Amino acid sequence: MFLIYCPHCEELREEEEFHPKGQAHIVRPADPEACSDEEWGDYLFFRDNPRGIHHELWVHAVGCRKFFNVTRNTVSYEILETYKIGEPPRITAESLASDEVQGKVQVASSGQQTVGATNATVETVKGEKA
Amino acid sequence: MSKSVTQPNRLQEGGRIDRSRKLGFTFNGQHYQGHAGDTLASALLANGVDIVNRSFKYSRPRGIVAAGAEEPNALVQLGSTEAAQVPNVRATQQALFDGLVARSTNGWPNVQRDVMSLVGKLGGRFMPPGFYYKTFMAPASMWMTYEKYIRKGAGLGRSPMERDPDSYDHLNQHCDLLVIGAGPAGLAAALTAARSGARVILADEQEEMGGSLLDSRELLDSQPAAQWAEQVLAELAGLDNVTLLARTTANGYHDHHFVTLHERRTEHLGETSPSVDGYRPSRSRMHRARAGQVLLATGAHERPLVYAGNDVPGNLLAGAVSTYIRRYGVVPGNKLVLSTTNDHAYRAALDWDDAGREVVAIVDARQAPDGELVEQARARGFRIIEGAAVIEAKGGSRVSGARVASIDAQAFKVTGQAETLACDTIASSGGYSPVIHLASHTGARPTWNDEILGFVPSLVKGVHAAGSARGIHDTAEGLADGVAAATKALTALGRTPQAVELPQVDARREGKACALYQVPHEKPTLRAPKQFVDLQNDVTAAAIELATREGFESIEHVKRYTAMGFGTDQGKLGNINGMAIAARCLNKSIPEVGTTVFRPNYTPVTFGAIVGRHCRELFDPKRYTALHQWHVENGAEFEDVGQWKRPWYFPQVRPDAANGERESMAEAVARECLAVREKVGILDASTLGKIDIQGPDAREFLNRIYTNKWAKLAVGRARYGLMCKDDGMLMDDGTTSCLGENHFLMTTTTGGAAGVMEWLELWHQTEWPELNVTFTSVTDHWATMTITGPEARNLLAEVTDIDLAKESFKFMDWREGKVAEVPARVFRISFTGELAYEINVQANYALHVWKTLFKHGEKYGLTPYGTETMHVLRAEKGFIIAGQDSDGSVTPEDLGMQWAVGYDKPYSWVGKRSLSRSDTRRVDRKQLVGLKPKDPAVVLEEGAQIVFDPDHAIPMPMVGHVTSSYYSPTLGSGFALAVVKGGHSRMGETVYLPMADGKTHAAEIVSPIFVDPKGERQNV
Repeated sequence: MFLIYCPHCEELREEEEFHPKGQAHIVRPADPEACSDEEWGDYLFFRDNPRGIHHELWVHAVGCRKFFNVTRNTVSYEILETYKIGEPPRITAESLASDEVQGKVQVASSGQQTVGATNATVETVKGEKA
Repeated sequence: MSKSVTQPNRLQEGGRIDRSRKLGFTFNGQHYQGHAGDTLASALLANGVDIVNRSFKYSRPRGIVAAGAEEPNALVQLGSTEAAQVPNVRATQQALFDGLVARSTNGWPNVQRDVMSLVGKLGGRFMPPGFYYKTFMAPASMWMTYEKYIRKGAGLGRSPMERDPDSYDHLNQHCDLLVIGAGPAGLAAALTAARSGARVILADEQEEMGGSLLDSRELLDSQPAAQWAEQVLAELAGLDNVTLLARTTANGYHDHHFVTLHERRTEHLGETSPSVDGYRPSRSRMHRARAGQVLLATGAHERPLVYAGNDVPGNLLAGAVSTYIRRYGVVPGNKLVLSTTNDHAYRAALDWDDAGREVVAIVDARQAPDGELVEQARARGFRIIEGAAVIEAKGGSRVSGARVASIDAQAFKVTGQAETLACDTIASSGGYSPVIHLASHTGARPTWNDEILGFVPSLVKGVHAAGSARGIHDTAEGLADGVAAATKALTALGRTPQAVELPQVDARREGKACALYQVPHEKPTLRAPKQFVDLQNDVTAAAIELATREGFESIEHVKRYTAMGFGTDQGKLGNINGMAIAARCLNKSIPEVGTTVFRPNYTPVTFGAIVGRHCRELFDPKRYTALHQWHVENGAEFEDVGQWKRPWYFPQVRPDAANGERESMAEAVARECLAVREKVGILDASTLGKIDIQGPDAREFLNRIYTNKWAKLAVGRARYGLMCKDDGMLMDDGTTSCLGENHFLMTTTTGGAAGVMEWLELWHQTEWPELNVTFTSVTDHWATMTITGPEARNLLAEVTDIDLAKESFKFMDWREGKVAEVPARVFRISFTGELAYEINVQANYALHVWKTLFKHGEKYGLTPYGTETMHVLRAEKGFIIAGQDSDGSVTPEDLGMQWAVGYDKPYSWVGKRSLSRSDTRRVDRKQLVGLKPKDPAVVLEEGAQIVFDPDHAIPMPMVGHVTSSYYSPTLGSGFALAVVKGGHSRMGETVYLPMADGKTHAAEIVSPIFVDPKGERQNV
């Protein structure tokens, strides 16, 4: 069970208080009528299923009822950061790919671990990236 | 030391049991005696009980092998009464209590004389892996029959048939450091962390904490090792920052250092929780522990050697022999042969000798072993046979001899003539496997360590391992490793570790162990007597060899084909041996073959502990409306709608019944329906979801989230709205009223209330944060009473100050005023097709208003009705129920509700674009229609499939299904709503409904509006 830092409540809380709502940063086309059926279908139905870094939408369902985003490693289940709607992720698959950041964020050595990033880790990573 | 009369294998002294406290118990109907401090297993061994079970597949007699969680054979069914039944308890982990009643899990009619063993004996040669599937699969129709008997024969224990008399608790725990295992490494680690001020939980699964220190031959600070453990535990118990959890198994290591700790609180006291001062404590607690760091000091399991006949009772693990002698004062036989690959196992022979029994021989697979324990054994004059192993155990219900021969482990062959040694006990040790289960739960793959001949855990961030759990078996080194691991964990937590002075342990020189897993036999594996790898699942070395020959090369496939490591055992005893055999057959190394994945739970957890208090009345919340008590007093039958209890119908006492007999449901519903159509009825509609929407952009938000138009809805007006997902499929419906220019009240379906609320928030927070609007659930704040029927206006007029004139208070208007003297909002909305008013008052006024309506309503024939009547009346009007007549694949157009779709609204509202996708434009989509059965007495089954051609060959093309179906007292016939392919253009056509009983109903496709198609009755 995850331990999730709600960026609105500013506390680590148990996963039981949250609902996952799928992939984050799905942009609704500004002009749906201008979309082809295929483009509209992509928006509606097609989602990424990456091995590794994934940005997810969650809601603090029995807490503050706010939606927010989570950057999670789908292999290790490590939550690397949580951030508010409208903010970009600090950590992405691309940013992690660079050696510099890889040294700072401790990703699963075996690619199999299950660890929650503590608030401090998130702060550290954010601080060092910023 | 001499025998006790009643317990032939009990020593007169020694061990950690209390000989002054005698405990009586029953095993398979026989009465025995043991002592306080015994486990069921040690007490059975003390009483000379050899056979404790029959094996799973071959029904072979089995005895106790181990002393802990790794025991594969001694699975028992506990309980003297039906309610107290507990299946699959390992006798080695069950503390003895007075009056304990246990039975073997397998064996019919009993373990001594088992009918199924005939099958094993006759068929044994012919029962390769996959045997049951290969043999009994054909004909397929008989599998169910075979399975019943196979399962009965296998006997996997049984659940109680009666209600559990005990209760179980869940506790949330938080700590800085969770230490799992209270052996030398765990105690040293916990002490270090505790003295450093960290919040520590120390959990250990055994009856007593101390682990290997409890049966060690070593001295710590010149005292018995157990004394040091007692001192440390006493210190820890006195510290506020330490929680000691004995009898607590860490069963699952879940995400983010969430560990489930199952604490058994009363299972050592009785079969159900005993009364303490008139209060019965919970039987167990599931501690849901969230730890900052976790330290695994879970120790190691000894590996048995795999040799022919290694399952005959009297074959034990060497370490288990020591544990029974030193901890329980029980010596499980008279004449011992020890077969070993390492020095450590020599303890068993020394302990056996100390107990005054005969050590026949020590058979060591190594040439010229020279460790300290070996020297001690030599000094006592034991016969030590080098470069050899027990290749076969002789005997049926108990070991009678050991065939010993020189072997070449590398070449996997017997090199000398076998000698048969008479004995009744064979202890074996092939080394020690660290208990890596919990580390594996995290997803970390263990790595093979050739030094210790075992897998050691890979560790993820925040997890530490110490002592035997990572292959450091020496006591002195294990203690130091515990301190070192705790120091690392404390540093990671940002604490300053305090130094801990460790006790002096005499360093012990141990010779190097050798690698031996399966012992070679003179005959090839497939022809030799059975060599068991997994005793619980009856998996033999031959089965693994055969599996590899049949092409199963992945260890995961070998596991599934042979069932190795299945069941409650989870491969504790046999997995490494099985992998080694697979590696030998495949000509690979063990690390190349790899390991299977250990998954939670480490040992079986009873359902009660998992469920905790979330059962019976606390399983799910029940929601009651403010009028519930009235409904109960007036004889309502209730229906569950989500968590709500809603009146379903109100059966009355039949006027002609002498014995107070009440109406049937059909009679009650017919009466209620006619009352509404002819006079006036009243419904408690409080459960409808209500969302208060406020803000300057509230109207714009409604325009975007609903399919229809909201721009011109005036204050004082209400409108029915459809809500779609962005895929264009109907999600929910309801009316929304304009309370003020920036203020709306949305209603939702009862079941959809929470989902709609989250849906609104989702769109507002993620897509349209620029809209200034807020949402508040007010479902529980307001009670809603619907009065409907031709007399509704006359009735309401008697109790309200609101002007009800039809010209001023029109259909789909709402007004504020007083009803029964309390502030109310009255909505002229109809879900029945009749004149109707929905009266909303503050929930705590509801009962008063309801009763006032009844006081005035009698002369109008006011009749309470429930959800069933509501359904009949709405279906007669063709009003849909979202989720019943729609199912996530139905658009507003499929429902024929184009009138509620604002195609020309400026903003591309949620779902709009999808209505012009090629798929939603298909003409053969399933569309909502009415169905009129040709036989008016027929009420079609909801869910019944529809076909166009009843004479079509099976399988017939199915073209739709019935979504709602009732008997209408107004029409005097059955009627239904249905979705039918292209239904809107098939009015008047006949469709057919073939039923399971062979009948086929015919029905005509008609408009879904059966009553008052022009809507005149609600507009009066």
